[in-house]
Amino acid sequence: MAAISRDEVAHLARLARIEMSSEELDHLASELDQILHAVDRVQEAAKDDVPPTSHPLPLKNVTRPDVVIPSLSPEDALSGAPASDEQRFKVPQILGDAE
Amino acid sequence: MALTYDDVIAKYEPTLGLEVHVELNTNTKMFCGCSTEFGGEPNTQTCPVCLGLPGSLPVVNEVAIESAIKIGLALNCSIAPFSRFARKNYFYPDMPKDFQISQYDEPICVNGFLDVEIDTDEGVKTFRVEIERVHMEEDTGKSLHVGGSTGRIHGAEYSLLDYNRAGIPLMEIVTKMIPGTEKYAPQVARAYVTELRDILRSLGVSDVKMEQGSLRCDANVSLSPRGSGTLGTRSETKNVNSLRSVERAIHGEMIRQGNRLENGERIIQETRHFLEESGETRPGRSKETAEDYRYFQEPDLVPVAPDASWIEEIRATLPERPSVRRKRLQTEWAVPEKEMTAMINAELLDTVEATVKLGADPTKARTWWLGEISRVANEKEVEAISLMTPAQVAEIILLVASGELTDKLARQVVEGVIAGEGTPREVIEKRGLKVVSDDSALMAAIEAAIASQPDTAQRVRDGNIPAAGALIGAVMKATGGQADAARVRELLLKHLGQ
Ligand SMILES: [Zn+2]
Repeated sequence: MAAISRDEVAHLARLARIEMSSEELDHLASELDQILHAVDRVQEAAKDDVPPTSHPLPLKNVTRPDVVIPSLSPEDALSGAPASDEQRFKVPQILGDAE
Repeated sequence: MALTYDDVIAKYEPTLGLEVHVELNTNTKMFCGCSTEFGGEPNTQTCPVCLGLPGSLPVVNEVAIESAIKIGLALNCSIAPFSRFARKNYFYPDMPKDFQISQYDEPICVNGFLDVEIDTDEGVKTFRVEIERVHMEEDTGKSLHVGGSTGRIHGAEYSLLDYNRAGIPLMEIVTKMIPGTEKYAPQVARAYVTELRDILRSLGVSDVKMEQGSLRCDANVSLSPRGSGTLGTRSETKNVNSLRSVERAIHGEMIRQGNRLENGERIIQETRHFLEESGETRPGRSKETAEDYRYFQEPDLVPVAPDASWIEEIRATLPERPSVRRKRLQTEWAVPEKEMTAMINAELLDTVEATVKLGADPTKARTWWLGEISRVANEKEVEAISLMTPAQVAEIILLVASGELTDKLARQVVEGVIAGEGTPREVIEKRGLKVVSDDSALMAAIEAAIASQPDTAQRVRDGNIPAAGALIGAVMKATGGQADAARVRELLLKHLGQ
């Protein structure tokens, strides 16, 4: 059984705002399916005594003191932006939503 | 005919749910050292971390964790011994990373409650609001939609983003479903947000300014037919930005839903926006379901696992609960219910308490702050506390108590301090407002009054005590109102053999 359907891939593409052709969807659905099956095999190896982990190192409670560090200048902050205006990042009109 | 609120309540039972977002007042953002100062020039408080630039790594603000634990403890929650951050993925330019760091299935605080009191037809009643969770996340940036006429997204040609706010520590406090509030649902919602705001303020963890957006409320409500035992479909009204609006939004939404149900229409699970002018709501953008956010554990952050001993240390520092404190002060100061409510509504409780702590009589302190000072504050449209300090008010009250000022003179001192003429002492000095307490000076004025009104003086000598009023008036006039009238009366009557 497929671990991920073509429809699910199409849904994810929509959520990620990535336009995909029908061929691309077919191709990616089959690739992702193989990847997920590989992950399944790893999961089989990890029994109940292995807790799911989000981090490879056994670290916890890494914090920093609440002390202000100088920020970037607005010029530097905006320097990598494709477009800016009025010292703000300029982005294309946001479609389909109303706030 | 459209159903009224009472009609709706007769047929349906409301169930509430409230989500409150509160910005912490830490110096720096949740995961980077950028300042959280409100009102800075656009994009002056950003760095590679809060801009989501490649290679940057977030690190948690320790004060934010401490504040989250404080909030959880104050809301009677269990503090999770192990909790993690998660990425909430969505494509919207208010977060430059294209995801928000939040907590998903492992929040830091769970299962609390908050009791609120409501005035009902059967007297004051306590409603328990159960808290599902308190979790840590980061605030988003601010969008400015350009083109189109309304500043809204529809019709906008492009949007301009300021990321100063992106990454400011944000706590989300979520209630469980609140059944059984009946017709008091709007008041319970308001009382809950009010009490929550007071607690957050007393903890000192947030500015809790609804008008600046540091406290925001999303209100869920659903209706189910009476006795049906089912739960209706809920709507969520977003970003209601005042306490009064919380009450109005729920009230308006209950009427809207009741009328839809009455007409056989479905309630759509959706996000709605509160309209301040009409008290109604309108549909907002369709909500992506929780699954669509594709939450997964944040690989760049390590788990938060607070020590039990640290939690107990924090618990020991928690201040008195605001509702308990209010009751205690009301008893200590012997304040009638109505005046107590007035003081709380005017947000002058802290100020009056500070004044009393400096030795002022509680009744006098309350009277000055809620009376003269509030009156001038209203006229000038400013906060009472911006006009005078508790120390100044306490000083004036103590001068009256010691007889150095009369109430009348005290009023002039208050006027002078508000007008910026200096400290109470300086105003007294400059305006020459000291009570004439020197008996010899008073006696000279008394003798002068007797000499100018010999007939009146004789009537007083003959036992017509009320006639003394005219003489006392003359003395007060001669001393420019700065004499203690009681002392003048005493000296005058004694002088005339009475
Ligand atoms: Zn930053």
